[in-house]
Amino acid sequence: MTASIAAVGQARPWVRFGTRRLGRLLVSLWVLVTASFAMIHLIPGDPVRGALGPTAPAELVEARRAALGLNDPILTQYVHYLEGLVTGDLGTSLSSRLPVSDIVAQRLPATLALAGLAFLAAVVVAIPLGVAMGVLTRRGHGRRTELGFTTTSIVVATVPDFLVGVALVYVFGVRLGWLPVAGNDTPQAYVLPVLALAIGPAAILARIVRVEMVRVLEADFVRTARAKRLPARTIYLGHALPNAATAALTLGGLLLGGLVAGTVLVENVFAWPGLGSTIVQSILNKDYPVVQAIVLVYGVGVLVVNTVVDVTLARLDPRSLIREG
Amino acid sequence: MNRRWSRVLRTPLGLASAGLMVLVLGLAVLGPVLWGAAAEAVDTDNILAGPSSAHWAGTDNLGRDILLRVLVAARLSIVLALLAVVIAVVAGLLLGSAPFLVGKRFGRLLSATVNIAVAFPGLLLALFFAVVFGVGATGAVLAIGLAGAPAFARLTQTLVAGIAARDYVAAARVAGVGRVRILFRHVLPNAAEPLVVNATIGAGAALLSFAGLSFLGLGVQSPAYDWGRLLHDGIGAIYVNPAAAIAPGTAVLVAGLAFNLFGESVAKGLGVGAGPLAVLPARTESVRRPETAVEEVRSVPSSDVVLDVRDLEVTFPGPVRPVRGVTFAVRRGEALGIVGESGSGKSLTALAVTGLVGDDGRVDAARLELLGHDLRAADTPVRRRTLGTSLAMVFQDPMTSFNPARRIGGQLAEVAIHHQGTARRAAIARAVDRLAAVRIPDAGTRARQYPHEFSGGMRQRAMIGMGLMGTPALIVADEPTTALDVTVQQQVLDLLAAIRAADGVALMLISHDVAVVGDVCDRVLVMYAGRIVEDLPATDLAGAARHPYTRALVDAVPDMSTDLDEPLATIPGRPVDPAHMPPGCAYADRCPLADAHCRAEDPPLTADPGHRVACWHAGEPLPTPRAADELVESP
Repeated sequence: MTASIAAVGQARPWVRFGTRRLGRLLVSLWVLVTASFAMIHLIPGDPVRGALGPTAPAELVEARRAALGLNDPILTQYVHYLEGLVTGDLGTSLSSRLPVSDIVAQRLPATLALAGLAFLAAVVVAIPLGVAMGVLTRRGHGRRTELGFTTTSIVVATVPDFLVGVALVYVFGVRLGWLPVAGNDTPQAYVLPVLALAIGPAAILARIVRVEMVRVLEADFVRTARAKRLPARTIYLGHALPNAATAALTLGGLLLGGLVAGTVLVENVFAWPGLGSTIVQSILNKDYPVVQAIVLVYGVGVLVVNTVVDVTLARLDPRSLIREG
Repeated sequence: MNRRWSRVLRTPLGLASAGLMVLVLGLAVLGPVLWGAAAEAVDTDNILAGPSSAHWAGTDNLGRDILLRVLVAARLSIVLALLAVVIAVVAGLLLGSAPFLVGKRFGRLLSATVNIAVAFPGLLLALFFAVVFGVGATGAVLAIGLAGAPAFARLTQTLVAGIAARDYVAAARVAGVGRVRILFRHVLPNAAEPLVVNATIGAGAALLSFAGLSFLGLGVQSPAYDWGRLLHDGIGAIYVNPAAAIAPGTAVLVAGLAFNLFGESVAKGLGVGAGPLAVLPARTESVRRPETAVEEVRSVPSSDVVLDVRDLEVTFPGPVRPVRGVTFAVRRGEALGIVGESGSGKSLTALAVTGLVGDDGRVDAARLELLGHDLRAADTPVRRRTLGTSLAMVFQDPMTSFNPARRIGGQLAEVAIHHQGTARRAAIARAVDRLAAVRIPDAGTRARQYPHEFSGGMRQRAMIGMGLMGTPALIVADEPTTALDVTVQQQVLDLLAAIRAADGVALMLISHDVAVVGDVCDRVLVMYAGRIVEDLPATDLAGAARHPYTRALVDAVPDMSTDLDEPLATIPGRPVDPAHMPPGCAYADRCPLADAHCRAEDPPLTADPGHRVACWHAGEPLPTPRAADELVESP
């Protein structure tokens, strides 16, 4: 009987957490969708006239407006927009006349690959680096190392990804000629864009992991682990790291969101055939349906990342369930 | 205020970033004045040229000097960034302080909106607003400004909520001051400093974002130019003239760093106390005092000794020595209590014995052995196994001594897995068995739970169970009941006593509670100011204690014969500061028997068999009891 009570006690926080988190996701999604719908209506003047230019004949503008449904009452347009989203219809590009969903489908994989690889690279570098720095600079150790590491990581993290990209292009493309600086045709072409995107987040993440490790290594339960005479590796990786990971992961999620947005600039440095180069071209061409759709895709990406981070956090640190609930 | 600012400038990073700031701002002011015309000079004979002595960074597609254009572009780049930050701060302040002014319900809606907006990266918001406001400098300023607003709104909200909870705001409210007036008179002035610091950092971020937008072609448009625009033009020709991209890129970087780092150093300098500037005491070599000569330890049959400690000292940088030459032994199955006030060195003695003194502390001893193994030897797997299974430690606070992120069973099982090579499944089974042994009901289910699902008393029993995973010869328990409710204290003590009786495990019980120690232990060490002042059988505590401090400790414990009309007996004065040890007896200032001899010379610990004491007046009758402040320390 005690067992069943305990089981219910374990299950309920998850239910509560899940409902709350799902509710937040849905509200955020709704805000995002509405904002992307509203975007075209917030533009001063007639977006179709803007897109076609001042010389376009009035009949063409009118016909295009009718085709986009811009003459309908706003509520009808909103409902149509939502219906379109549900059925996967994102409208038609004003400039290429292609379905926007086709454009997104064609461009999305390159961006996902870039962001995913960059995040992976950042984590793979930052966590071991942060843990090692944390151990080296724990209380009573390595003051010089700490100062050097902190200063370097602050400076590195301040450099924006597109400037890192420009520097990488100059050094490895122009100067050394080792690596391609445009496109994504070869595996080598991934190296520089991924690096440009990963360096900043890696520096920030490593810094946070270090600070958290130093804090956690002071905790009573680490002393308990020492009292058990566990090997140093087990104490650092088995006991300290899971507790340091909570904060690191929260920040990592934010970084991943920022990384998704960072692809826009980096793609433009490296002529990467992803969503980032497309959205900039579309903004310049005033191709609003494409812009709307890509903003939506980025936004959904960020929301999904945030949700995944929260759920992972809850798995890692069971207490966060209670805090959330 | 001035003091704090000069502290910012005294750090290397603060000074360097302040210098950069002056340079960058100076350039923004003077750049267009000095080189404005020259930067526009078209030279069609010299287009897209590489660096030369006439044009250090080469020329652009109209033959204009790129370096001069970069210098002149400083003003526009910085002005636009500052404008964007002003928009961000103003919009953020409005959004962030609105929940304070409007009703609760609308306020909550506003904060929820801000929270959703904050989740999206700034660049995404900037792109959204850039579409709405149109491509160009104005659109970009508005876009970056509004994109930065949610972050400042969040900051303002947090600051306002923090300040609004303070007493003086509550007082103003009670006095009937209006909300708007409270906000402007009391709340915002107190939020100003963090806001300004964050605005400085924000200016750096805005500068970089603006460069990004212009680089994408969405910001400043020709013929106007900022750094981002120059970079946009330069990257296309990077193989022809790399300097055309490198020069504006470097400028953006230097200016961005200047704002960011200056903001960070100001934040650090004005923030918490001395922080990174505190001069940490260097480690100083301790001068060992030859106390072993007088502190002869009783001869005990060596095979019987579990723990042998001779002339133990613990030193911290300063130097401060909270443990000053402690000598004792624990025999098989013996229960040894160590009592004293906080700061007496009793807990540090326990930590030194278990090898858990922090990295900044230094442990010295003439001998420090557990079952004949030197506890100070280098850490080898064999040594770890020996100590991990034969020495168990129970800590004061069971709430924080378990790893919150791992299941209890796994934390117990670890000992068997690492030290006895047990397979995981078998180790968990043993952990369940041990949990049952420390009387945890339904141990199988409990082993799968996390520490926060255990009560304090259960956690402390589980901690003892963890010590029983091996075959301990000694359990060191440092104030094991202090953090527990009175009702569960006795359970834990009974458990320790039962384990000791059943398995012949020696127990070292550290406590400030002389009554607890008297009940549980065979022998008691009384510590004062880092030394043992008396070592006596527990049965002698009540009537045969010889040190005035021990006698005062015992007298302070109320019992059935205590006259309840009298105030409880206490020990007058405070314990000595370990950083300022007197030359004589450390207890002299609080002792009713103290004389000039006591103050001049520290009494050695005598070597009477079975009863050691360090006092020039040991056993002399005390004058009538005095009452002053309290004896029994609070946990």
